[in-house]
Parts: sequence; structure tokens; C-alpha cells
Amino acid sequence: MSTASATAARRSPLLATYAAIVFAFIYLPIAVLVVYSLNRDGVGGFPPRHFTLDWYRKLFRDSAIWDSVRNSLIVAAGAVALSLTLGLLAALAFDRADFPGKTLFRRLVLLPLILPGIITGLSLLLFAVRIRLELSLITIFLGHGSALISVATTELFAGLQKMDRRQEEASLDLGATPWRTFWLITFPNLKLSLIAAALLIFTLSMDEIAVTFFLYGREYTLPLEIWGRLRRGITPEINAISTLILAASVVLIVVWYHLRTRSERP
Amino acid sequence: MTSAVPIAPSVAPGDTLLELRAVSKRFGSREVLRTLSLEIASGEFLTLLGESGSGKTTLLRLIAGFEQPTDGEIWMHGMRLDPLPPYRRRVNTVFQQYALFPHLNVSENVAYGLHAAGAPKSEIATRVKDSLGMVRMQEFATAKPAKLSGGQQQRVALARALVNRPELLLLDEPLSALDANLRKEMQSELKSLQREVGITFLFVTHDQEEAMALSDRVALLRNGALEQIGSPREIYAHPATAYTAQFIGQTNLLHTTVAAGMASCEDFSFPCSRPDGSALFSLRPQSIAFAADAPQISSPVRFSAVIRQQIYSGATELLELRTAAGTILRARIASRELLSGSHEFVFSAPDAVPVRE
Amino acid sequence: MYTRTYKVLVSVPPILWVALFLFFPYALMFAHSFWSVSDGSILHDWNLGNYRTLIHNPLYWQVLLRTARIAASVTALSLLLGYPLAYFLSFHAGPRKELLYQLVIVPLWVSYLVRGYAWKTILGSDGVLNGFLQYLHLTREPVAAFLYSPFAVILMLTHIYTPFVFLPIYASLEHIPRPLVEASQDLGASPRATFFRVILPLSLPGLLAGATFAFVLSLGDFLAPLLVGGPSGTMIANLVQSLFGAAYDWPLGAAISVFILVFTLGILAFTQRLEKRWSFE
Repeated sequence: MSTASATAARRSPLLATYAAIVFAFIYLPIAVLVVYSLNRDGVGGFPPRHFTLDWYRKLFRDSAIWDSVRNSLIVAAGAVALSLTLGLLAALAFDRADFPGKTLFRRLVLLPLILPGIITGLSLLLFAVRIRLELSLITIFLGHGSALISVATTELFAGLQKMDRRQEEASLDLGATPWRTFWLITFPNLKLSLIAAALLIFTLSMDEIAVTFFLYGREYTLPLEIWGRLRRGITPEINAISTLILAASVVLIVVWYHLRTRSERP
Repeated sequence: MTSAVPIAPSVAPGDTLLELRAVSKRFGSREVLRTLSLEIASGEFLTLLGESGSGKTTLLRLIAGFEQPTDGEIWMHGMRLDPLPPYRRRVNTVFQQYALFPHLNVSENVAYGLHAAGAPKSEIATRVKDSLGMVRMQEFATAKPAKLSGGQQQRVALARALVNRPELLLLDEPLSALDANLRKEMQSELKSLQREVGITFLFVTHDQEEAMALSDRVALLRNGALEQIGSPREIYAHPATAYTAQFIGQTNLLHTTVAAGMASCEDFSFPCSRPDGSALFSLRPQSIAFAADAPQISSPVRFSAVIRQQIYSGATELLELRTAAGTILRARIASRELLSGSHEFVFSAPDAVPVRE
Repeated sequence: MYTRTYKVLVSVPPILWVALFLFFPYALMFAHSFWSVSDGSILHDWNLGNYRTLIHNPLYWQVLLRTARIAASVTALSLLLGYPLAYFLSFHAGPRKELLYQLVIVPLWVSYLVRGYAWKTILGSDGVLNGFLQYLHLTREPVAAFLYSPFAVILMLTHIYTPFVFLPIYASLEHIPRPLVEASQDLGASPRATFFRVILPLSLPGLLAGATFAFVLSLGDFLAPLLVGGPSGTMIANLVQSLFGAAYDWPLGAAISVFILVFTLGILAFTQRLEKRWSFE
């Protein structure tokens, strides 16, 4: 159905207004965040006067924040690598192998996504304590990586299902070993899914606070750093860094969108 | 046998039921229908035939109410139809992919329209039963659509539309998703159903064989305009344009020059009653025969040609001929042994029907 | 087509990892719930004491009930906001649909923490809302009741979960073949009747998925109360958190966690069964 039907074209102004209100609700806090990051008199009060970039300047001189950003990036990169590797293997296993406990495995892998973060975080804490692993960026990295495996698995599994099986069969038929076939045929076909999963895992890891809350040691990730400051009091610096995070996210979305639409055009 | 759903037509058979007056439809800058005017008679089986993009589906959707005409009006016995939303028109549609409601079973699907109209429960039950009986799907009354085959779903879709006793039934290429044998079977079922029930059918297809087999009249659409309308026999025997001649059945197009009552091309000439100048003729392949086989033919036009290809299809075969001047002509003859080489062919001059460009 | 070696190679590493880093930790949590604490150390004495404590102490039930109420409110409000939005986008937005969809998604990429923080700055005594109300002379003094209350928690969580609820509902609405909507109208049902008889039933799986997600995650949320809940807005996960923190009773905390876990899994199993019954593909 390419043509818009008359039933849809019959606009409902009531519904449109309601939708606009919902949109406003969703964006209100974000707008407030951005606007007040530029407000000289800090957060609160109304209306904001005195535009300033001072908070951003202060932010750039704040080494603690940037240290935490660096930590977050390291953890996120590690989580992406770990989750993608294990997730890819798991997706291949789901697609091609049958083993006892397959359903249990699938449910188990999904648990971190559907359970409240506190449960996963505390469980991993108990585990770290038991094996006497000191809490640090490493424990955070292990936590993120394990919790996000199913994100990779779901995405890659979908990609595998969509792939034309016969390409692999043709490759084997022409004499390539399974190893070669994987790298020359399967892997390139999964490129889009891999990128999608990577982006998603990266974002989720950068943003993660619930599980991280129980696994951190001396080094902080960005959410932890922000959390710490929130406990001490509100400063517009937090608005500034939040706005930057928002901007970075939007850029990522645009990039992702372009990648996806470009690949859908043959 | 099936029990017919009795209808009380508000329009006598033969009278005009639906009228399209200079209807145009534009999507953005694309003009899909151009000032099309058409009358549909009550009780007839009219087919809208055309290629994709010809506007036939759009026309159907205009009548159903899913689109609004950009210009022009649609009238249904004395009242304007186009301002009405689809749920107020006495028109029902059988969709191409059937559009059965997956969350309702067969009976509930068929009852849907009656339910919407607020009919009492007992009446609904009876009419649904009759309608299912008419399409021979009673035993599937409680089945869900997902469990049915394509042909079965199609019949339920038909029952669902007909149970409402619409003035006009629209069928949007309902058979295109079925395989060849099932298609033929459903075609004859549809035809006899329409005769039995007496409801006016407006059928859309791109398959000209289907159109010819089923219809009382065929309306050929081309690029949003009505190319020709008439009974299947009329259109086949007397195509008005080259397009019609080529779309319906196969034909040879003869490009000739007329001078003093004789049409001439490089290969032959024959008498005709066209004015001087260039003229186009349609000559059906079955009109051409081996000269040796047709000694008594009237107004014979002879030519020789080489047989290039022989395409066998059971009872008949199609010969692809090449004349000395290089013209390619096609002849349909009763199947015989394999042939080759140059032969003499003949056709009767009146079989060459003049057509417009 | 795939050799045994291949199948073993792809399945063993993830299984081992998941067993070690997911199964074992959850199992450990489960085990802890049967232990007890004494003199600052944990005794592996395998008893049901913690569960008995939970059942008999009214404080826990109070908090649990409040948590359930908050979670239910969040779910209901998110649906009230998210469903019409999804419906509007799917059926009424025309060519702008794709763009609007992206606009709904964008806030999801804004950190949870950041959005919670934003609400803090809006609802506080010197927050934006109070400033706005005073600016309009609707109030003369700041209202302290906005922040640090269950209301603030519900507001914040609704804000977080409305896009989450929107996504599966939108997906299932988009999944509805448009010819079905046309068929319904063709058969005489008005747009309103079409919505209730065709669109809503077919969108139930998505609705259910979204509602489950919002409810389950709200139930176990501990950050929103810490940010905007105050003492009256404490939820069950905060109890767990303090038991693993200052209150130092890991086994009891584990017991509550197990309870949350079992409750969550129960809800998920229930809704999965419902979803299967209501899915019509």
C-alpha cells in the first residue's frame, strides 16, 4: 500500500494536540537541561536570564569529569568487544546448533535486560567478593560485558536469520572451508547487525548506572561521577555535561540512521 | 447445492447503478486518472482491465471510498457517492490479499459488517450461515483465517462482503495470489455466483484472459483513461486502437499506406475503405493460414514468408514468419509436423481490422 | 552443513561465560538469602529466617505496597501517554511519521541519570517549576511538595518509561496491515468502531510488552527514589540497597532481591502466556 488512504488523511485535531502535549512532556526536562546550562544564575528560578558559556568553560577545566569520561569510554569499548564476541558466538550457536539447555541459556542471557539492574549488580558484587576480585573498572567492564551479551545476541541472531543461507552453501560448494566461509561470507553479511549492536551496547554501557553502582572501586565512570556530584549539590556544570552527552547521542543517531538507510539502498 | 442470498435490488437490472462523471485523480504531480467517465449497469459483471499504473486500482478505491477524486463526481442511483466515507456506502470490497481479520474466526469475520450495522443476533447467525454455505465454507465457521489456504481465505472474503447485500461488489484482483489451476476453478465459481446472486460486480485485473472469460463488459484502461469499453467479443473482434488490439489477445499490426481504396505495405496489398494516407490494421494470428490449406478463402491476400520459429502449445502452434521485406508476422495454426523454409500464406482481407494509433 | 566441531566451538565459550558470570552470580544471590549475618560476618547456616522476617515485618509490606502502587501508576500513565502517541504516529502522521519516530527515540539516548537530574532541577523548591509558577503569580511561595515525594518518583519514572512503552506499541500498530483497517470501514464500521474492534485488539501484544517492561523495571528501581523520592518515596529496591550498604545484612537483602526476582519472573511468565494467546499471526 503505497498511497495514503483517505482514512488516515482525515486528521484528528484532538489526537494531534494530545500527541503534541506528550511530545512536550517528553522534551520538557531535556529543554530545561539545555537552556539552564547556558544560564548564568544557575539551575532553577524562572525565567532564565543572562546567557553565558561559563559553565561549559568550567566544565572543560574539570579534570575529574574528563577522567571519568575516559574511564567510561574504556569500559564501553571493552564491553562492546566482549559482548560482540560472545554474542556473535551465541547467535551462531542459536542459529546452527542444538544443545541441551538451549532454552535455559537463552532465558538466562536475557535476564540482565529484563530484571531491575540492582539485582544483577548485587549478584555480580557477591560473585566478585566470593572470588576475591577487587572492585575496579575491570569489575565494571565484566559486569557490562556480561549483562549486554543478549543485546548483541538478539541483534546478530536477527541478522543471521535474514541472511540468505544459500550464500554459505554456495561458498562451501565452491570449495571454501567453514572458517573461510565465515570470514568471507557470513561476517560481511552481518556487518550491519554488528554495527547496530555495537552502537547500542556502547550507548547502554556509557549510560549504565544501576549495575555499575555496586561494582565500582576507585575509578569512576561518567554516570558515577555525575551521581557523586548530585549528592553534593546541584551545579549547572552537570547541565553542561548532560547537554554535551545529548549532543553526542544525537550525532550517533544521525550517523546510525545514515548507515542504515545507505545500506538499505542496494 | 448452495442457497442463494436473495436480494431486493433497488435498481432494476440493466439500469445505470453507478456513474463516474469526469473523474480525475492526482497524487501530488502524478495524474493517475484523467477525466474518466463510465456507467455501470445494475446486475452486470464489469471488469476494469489494464496494466499496472493504468489507474484501475485507484478507480476501485475511489468507488470504495478510500480515496477522494481530485475532480469530477461519482453518483450511485441518483445520489452523490464521493462525499460519503466508506462505511456509509452500500459498496463492499474483496481485497487482493483478502484482509481477513486474524483475531476473529471465519464466522466472526463474515458477521463483521452485519454487526457494524446493528443487525439482531438471530438474523446475523442465519445470514452468516447462508453466506458461508454459498461459498461452501460452512465447516470452517469456527476456524481462524491463519489456518486456511489462499483459496479458502478468498471464499471467506467473498462471503464477508456479500453477506451485507451491497449494491455493488468491488473485487481487487482477488485471484492473482492463487495458482493457475485454482484460479481457473475460482473464476467459474465467481461467474456462477454473480449470476445467482444478481449483485453488480466490478472486477479489477491485469489478466486479459480472465477479463474475457468472466465479464459481461470489459473496460480497458490505459494511463488513467478509458481506452475502450464493450463486451469481450466486441473488443476482441473490433478493437478501436492498436493498444487494445495488442492488449487483448495477440495480433499483427500492419502499417500500410492507403491510396484509392487499396492498403499497401511492402509485403502485400488489399482493398479497404479507409481514406488516403497511412493506416494501421490489426490482423489476428489465427486469420493467417497456409495458402495450400485455404483454397476457398474469400478476398484472399497472399504472401510468402520463411518460418523462423514454431512455438508449440498443444492443440495449436504459433508460427513466427519473416517476409522477404523483413516483416515479422505471427500465424496461429492447428498443430502439425515440424516445418521450415519458405511457404505461401493467405488471409482474408476483411480480417484486417482498421485501428487507431 | 555444520560440523560438530563448529557447533561446539560456537556454543561452548558463551555457555561457559554465561554460566560463570550470570548463572553463578544469580545462584549466589539465591544462596545468600538462606544465610544469616552475625557479628559482621555471614554464616552459611541455611535457614528460612530471612523469609520469615520479611513475611512478618509490616514495614516491608508497606514499602512493597507503595512500590507496587508507584509501579502501577507509572505503567498506567505511560500507557495513557504512549499509546495515543503511537497511534497518532502510526495512523495519522502521514509522511512525517519517520521523523517524529526518531524524535520520540532521541530522549531514550539521554542518560537516565541525567533525566532524573533534570526533574530534580524542575521540581525543587528553587526549581524551574516553582520559579515558573511564581513568575505567573500563581503562587507566592515555593511549593516544597513537588520534590521528594512519591509523586515526583512517579513523574520521573513515567517520563523515563513513556518512550519505552511507545516502542512496542508503535511496532505492533505498524504491523497491522492497512487493508484490515480499510476492510473494517468498507464493511460499515466507523473509525471509532474500527479502532476498538480491529486496531486495539491487534495491538494488544505490543501494549502488553510495553506495560510489562514499564511495570517490572519501575518495581525494581532504586535510583529515582534516591534522586527525587525522599523518605516518603522509598521503594523496595532502596531497602535492598541499604541492607547491602549501611544496614549491613546481606542475607536479608538477598532475600528481598530473590523475592523481587521471583515476582518479576512470575509477571513475565504470565504476560508471555497472555501474549501468546493474544498474538494472531
